[in-house]
This record gives sequence, structure tokens and C-alpha cells, in this order.
Amino acid sequence: MRNSKISTLEEAILRSGLKDGMTVSFHHHFRGGDKVVCMVMDKLAEMGFKNLHLAASSLSDVHAPLIEHIKNGVITRISTSGLRGRLAEEISRGLMDEPVIFRSHGGRGSAIASGELHIDVAFLGASSSDELGNACGYSRSENAKSICGSLGYALPDARYADHVVVITDDLVEYPNMPKSISACDVESVVVVDSVGDSSKISAGAIRDSKNPRDILIAKQAAKVVINSGLFEDGFSIQTGTGGASLAVVKYLRESMLEKGIKASFALGGITAHMVKLHEEGLIGRLVDVQSFDKVAAESIKNDPFHQEVSSIEYASGMHKGSAVHALDIVILSALEVDTDFNVNVLVGSDGVIRGAIGGHQDTAADSRLSIIVCPLLRGRIPCVVPRVTTLITPGSSVDVVVTEYGIAVNPARPEIKERLEAAGLKIVDIQALAAKAESMTGTPDPLPFRDKVVGIMMNRDGRKLDEIHAIG
Amino acid sequence: MELKNAVAGTLESGDIMVRIEPSDGGLQIGLESPVKAKFGRQIESLIRETLGSLGIENAKVEAIDKGALDCTIRARVTAAAVRASGKDVWKD
Repeated sequence: MRNSKISTLEEAILRSGLKDGMTVSFHHHFRGGDKVVCMVMDKLAEMGFKNLHLAASSLSDVHAPLIEHIKNGVITRISTSGLRGRLAEEISRGLMDEPVIFRSHGGRGSAIASGELHIDVAFLGASSSDELGNACGYSRSENAKSICGSLGYALPDARYADHVVVITDDLVEYPNMPKSISACDVESVVVVDSVGDSSKISAGAIRDSKNPRDILIAKQAAKVVINSGLFEDGFSIQTGTGGASLAVVKYLRESMLEKGIKASFALGGITAHMVKLHEEGLIGRLVDVQSFDKVAAESIKNDPFHQEVSSIEYASGMHKGSAVHALDIVILSALEVDTDFNVNVLVGSDGVIRGAIGGHQDTAADSRLSIIVCPLLRGRIPCVVPRVTTLITPGSSVDVVVTEYGIAVNPARPEIKERLEAAGLKIVDIQALAAKAESMTGTPDPLPFRDKVVGIMMNRDGRKLDEIHAIG
Repeated sequence: MELKNAVAGTLESGDIMVRIEPSDGGLQIGLESPVKAKFGRQIESLIRETLGSLGIENAKVEAIDKGALDCTIRARVTAAAVRASGKDVWKD
């Protein structure tokens, strides 16, 4: 084809004008199955690049090989929304000189759009592309090798990066339609054997819980939704990926069927649970920034009312048209909640980074009702505490906390408390929950944090929210 | 007190596995725990206190904790001590 953009990875890198010190970006739609980040960073290391800024939408255990590139000075800065596994452990112990910058998904989108996070070269994995770079998170060809569904986190990169390289494992005939990434934004197309292992998309955070405690919490959270005053025909909802927050959907479904209530849309990371409700006619539209399992990825391919949105359209705080502004109810998990309703979803009880902000900050801030589902204890770890280890989502945007020992309502939402009490739900003081937790675990000794800062937590408006210190 | 090797508990989440062996050098306690930074001191002192109350002053103790609460730790340490000493504290 005339003007074909096909090249080898090395040619594409040379053509991009990438120089030492620049910013390269990646998306994480293949989650635990991602092959693009390590493939490209290995090549950049081999070509002798140094001092690069890695701006990923998230990083996980599969990215442990990056530790070597950090030690060798290939990567000296990282921006991400999440960090897990061995890479997170090493960074928590002080691997890098520069702290990692953490942003929410909406915050990352805003920062890219405003230029605060400038991307020199984006390397974007796609399950199909034509020779000009019309690319997509699934493929309709017989040779389809992978599927990740929505490419929502890649779209700001495709639009705003100076140079875009699409990496695909299925080169299809022009024109690849429908597409997610437009050929107009793409400079090079690289064909490889595999961009990711689709069977590992749902690995990581997502569990389908049979844990009786999760089920109890989920049932209570469903009662909170039902009696919140917002559970009426046309409501909208998002759930996080924790076992309890996914299970809430199951109990809401029963009530929706019973009362004849339908949701207008479900937002965010879309799972098979949401697809099922949509196919039953209980949810009108699925607004999908990230397909959390294969069922969701197939659905976005086949169902016109299951649509992809960019992380900007999903959750940007600076774009008033982003979908979170239309969201009624969000149900989110937490590692820790404190007595001021602040939430930590990033740093573990041992001080090691082991999580992802995702859209937590964004959805809690802009939804009409944010519900945190969280057990009082995990093993001996208290989850309702006097003060969170790291501040991720400010308490001013958290409305209700549901634990197996009771439901606490933010004093800033007296009308919610009144409605829940009127429905016969037992509301407890958040201080009483923290005291209960401590009575069972004992008072913890302080963690051995050092002075060195290994992470900076940004608020979605671009202000600094908190620092993460090196541990051990 | 004459001791033999004994063990109580499991490696399930929320439990603790306690192994007791004879020793002449006082109480030597080894603890492995995911919450060691925050609660290691308290768990070790609870093990020491529980064994002391059962009259065990010389033993090597290896505890592999999986996030157990105090009640569980006390029960597992007591069970291991009863098996090690042959002295049934619940009966005698």
C-alpha cells in the first residue's frame, strides 16, 4: 500500500526522534498479560538509550524485568497509576533516585491533555491495526491473536503524544473499522508475534468472591444503594474490582428485577457481571474505559451499546463533559479507610506499594454517592484506622463506608444517614469502627519508614496530595 | 520441664503454626509474620507470656504467623505446649 507505515521496532524508534531524557508511554489494557512494555524497553536498552521517563497507565508484576533497566540507568523516572509485584517492592525499598509520580486515570488524562505530562513517543499495543495505524483492542480477522477490548487509557497518548507507534499482532486489511486509534495520530506500525496474553487480562485485582464476609459486606452495600434515595429508574453506577464491590452487582440485580428499576449506564472498568445485566436489559449502556475480562472485551466488539471511552472522557476532572460528572453511585474497595473517611488503595500495611489508584479519586469526587466496601480487618491488619498510611482519595469525597461490623456515614452527608436509618440499617460511628479494629489487633507499632521519598501522590487537579517514603 | 518436639496450628490465613523443641538456653523465639513490623513485638511477647504461664522456661519456638489474632495465637501456643510437655493444662 502507498504510504504504508509498517516498520520494524528499531526503525520506528529511530524514526521517532527519541532522545535520552525523553518520555515514552504505554497503556496497560493487557494487564498481567502485557508484553509491549518489556519488549520496547528491552529494545530501547539495547539501542543504548538512557535516562528515559516511563509514563505508563499502570504497571504490574509482569513488569518486574524493568528493575534491570532502572539499575542500568535506562529508566530514571516513572509515572503510573498503579504499581504491583517485585517492581513495586524494589521501588518501595528505594531502587530509584527520583520518586514515582502517581496519578488517577482521570488525573493522567488531564495531565496529558494540559501538557503537564508531555509524551514524546507513545508505544501502543493493539489487537489489530491496518498499515496506516487504524488500530483497535480486538480484531475481526481470522488471524486474531489477542483481545483486550477497550483502549481507553491509550487514547490520550494517541492524541497528544508527539509521535505514536502502534504495535500489533494482527495486521489487517485497510480500513480497520471500527477503530479506536486513528491513523491520523499514528506515525509507525510495528507487527510482532504477540502484544499480550489475553487470558491474563482478569488476573491481578479481580476476584469473584465466595468469601462469606465479602458477601455480607456486599449485601449491606446493596441495601445502602437501594435506600440511598438515588436508586430509581435511570440511575447510573460504577463498581471497583474488589471481591465485595463486584458482588454488590449481584444483589442489586435482584432488587432491580423486583422493583422494575433499570440503570441508564454502567461506567468504568467493565466486567462480565455488568455485561450480563446489560444483556438482560437492566443496564442501557456500558461506558467502558477498560475491559476487565474476556467477556467484556468480546462484548465491546459485538455490542453497539457497549462503547469505549478515553480516560479523559471517563474521568477527567478538568473536562466537565467527562462521564464521572453524570455518575450517580460508585462502589469502591479500599486497603485502609481512616476516621476522616480518607482512603488508601496504594500502599500496603507493611509500607510496600501494592496497588493502583485507578479511577478511585475521580469517581469518588464526582459521583453523587461514593460507597467504600472494606472489611474491618484483613488477618491482623486493621482496615479502619485512625490515619491512612498514604492519602489517595480525600475523605471529603467519600460518603459511606460499609464493613462487616457496621455502616458509617460521612457527617457531611446527614441526609444519607437519615435515609439509611429510616430503612432500618444500623449506622455506626467511624471512630467506633476504628476502635473496634484496634481492640482486636492491638495498637500497631509505627512502620520503619525512611526519609527518602519514593512516590508522590498527585490529586486529580494536579496538586500534590501525599508522599510515599521508602520502607525498611 | 521435659519437652519433646511438638507442633500446633496451620498455615491458613488468620492462623499461626507453632513448633516447640527442647532447648536449655531459655526461650528462643523465631517469628515469621506478614505483620511483623507492626505487631511482631506484641506477638513475641504473647508467645513468651503464654509459655511462661504454662511453666515452660526453656524451649526453642518457631512460629509462622499468617495474620492470627491474639486469641488464636494463645490457643495454638497452648496446644503446642501441651503436646510438647504431655501436661494437659485443660485437665490437670
